[in-house]
Amino acid sequence: MSQSWEPKIIAFLCNWCSYPAADLAGVGRMQYPPNVRIVRVPCSSRVSANLILSALKSGADGVLVSGCHPGDCHYISGNLYARRRFALLKNLIEFIGIEPGRVNFFWAAASEGGKIVEVMKTVSASVKELGPAGRMVKRFDVPARSPQQKFA
Amino acid sequence: MSQINSKITEEIRSKVKALLSAEEIAAFVGFIDGTLPMTARPFTARSPEDADRLVFNSFCVVNPAVYLPPLLKSLEPPRRPTDPLPEGPLPKVGILATGCWSRNISIQLQENQIARERVVVLGTGCRGMVDMRKVGSIIDGREIEKAYELDDRISVSGKGFSEEILLEDVLRDNCLTCICPNPVIMDHRVGGQVPDRRVDNRFPFVDEIESKSLDKRWEWFQNEISSCIRCYACRNVCPLCYCPTCFVDDSRPQWVGKSLDPADTSIFHILRAFHCAGRCTNCGSCETVCPMGINMRVLTSKLTKDVIDLYGTEAGVDSDAPLPLTTYSETDRQDFMV
Repeated sequence: MSQSWEPKIIAFLCNWCSYPAADLAGVGRMQYPPNVRIVRVPCSSRVSANLILSALKSGADGVLVSGCHPGDCHYISGNLYARRRFALLKNLIEFIGIEPGRVNFFWAAASEGGKIVEVMKTVSASVKELGPAGRMVKRFDVPARSPQQKFA
Repeated sequence: MSQINSKITEEIRSKVKALLSAEEIAAFVGFIDGTLPMTARPFTARSPEDADRLVFNSFCVVNPAVYLPPLLKSLEPPRRPTDPLPEGPLPKVGILATGCWSRNISIQLQENQIARERVVVLGTGCRGMVDMRKVGSIIDGREIEKAYELDDRISVSGKGFSEEILLEDVLRDNCLTCICPNPVIMDHRVGGQVPDRRVDNRFPFVDEIESKSLDKRWEWFQNEISSCIRCYACRNVCPLCYCPTCFVDDSRPQWVGKSLDPADTSIFHILRAFHCAGRCTNCGSCETVCPMGINMRVLTSKLTKDVIDLYGTEAGVDSDAPLPLTTYSETDRQDFMV
């Protein structure tokens, strides 16, 4: 096995601010941890509790959700609706015992390439400290079938 | 027989009989006696004769608001989704409503699931419903063959035992922390006003869990849901769950696996509770119908508590206030963000 474990982090970034911010970071040659896998979504309010929990279930060690700053939403108020849902969801999953650092939310404007890199670095470090996610992860104990078996 | 409840029963029967005879309503959702002692069965009365079977007692544990949207739909003439509504008034439905049931009706109205002009609400005050499990533990699980209700006690008897139990000792936990015993919307009143319950702490169970450490909380949660057989009775009985396709039935993407894997069961319980955020009226149906005795109301109570703390609203109490997750404020707290 590998000597040092690296976390897998799924980032849901909104199409209008956060994704361009990450893009800007790339164009500006700012490096961010390769642990972060980005999923582009139309708006932060597109990110439902289902998506966040699915990510954890499928083996993500951390989840990052980001949208435009309040007042900057491309759809006027999507992020403000989302903020209420995220506040309640975060409280609920911490209530049932999911570590507070697993699911993270933040705002980033399209110009904030530096900020998004900073957040990715801190989240990646804090998830690394938490260790591999054990809670909410679905274990597939059934061995994967080889191609030969598939057609047998 | 309890004087208070038998009076309400009489009033319901005569009122419903009058409404059904006058053809003012096409159906009435209420309760009849169940086949076992201490049970009441939800029932749709469709003729004046049916009305004579209706009862109201401390065993009406299921929230009848769950039947309202599908019943109203079933009384409409068949039409395709794109067809316009038929001309003229559509048949009305009557429903019995206590405090929490009426709050659920209010939420269904706010969410445009039912039309106010098609619903006739018979409001009654509620003194709380009985938790069968609490009764069972008092009589050591012996089989009850006969039970009848007095005003503040219930008398149960079976082979070799006969006991009188104080009603207050066997009320459901959600009824003990009830803040709204009287209906918030009604067209006709049956029975008298019930005094508000004095509740010091509305969320004792939530506080208890919150005081635990993270690992203990996870242990509690896994222990609580470990017996879940995923029968979805809690979802089916919930008056908030009216989605045409529930997230648990989705297959692409499959949010919740069909297995009994703890991860799937956890996701089911988190999402079920989360979908009730800011809408749950603490009617306790989910917990009552659970065949495994899972206290899933702790999760919805936690959300109710947070909604009160963060957004200061209470589901269904004020029909003019928008539901908390359908609105926003620019000053909402965001200290949870990175």
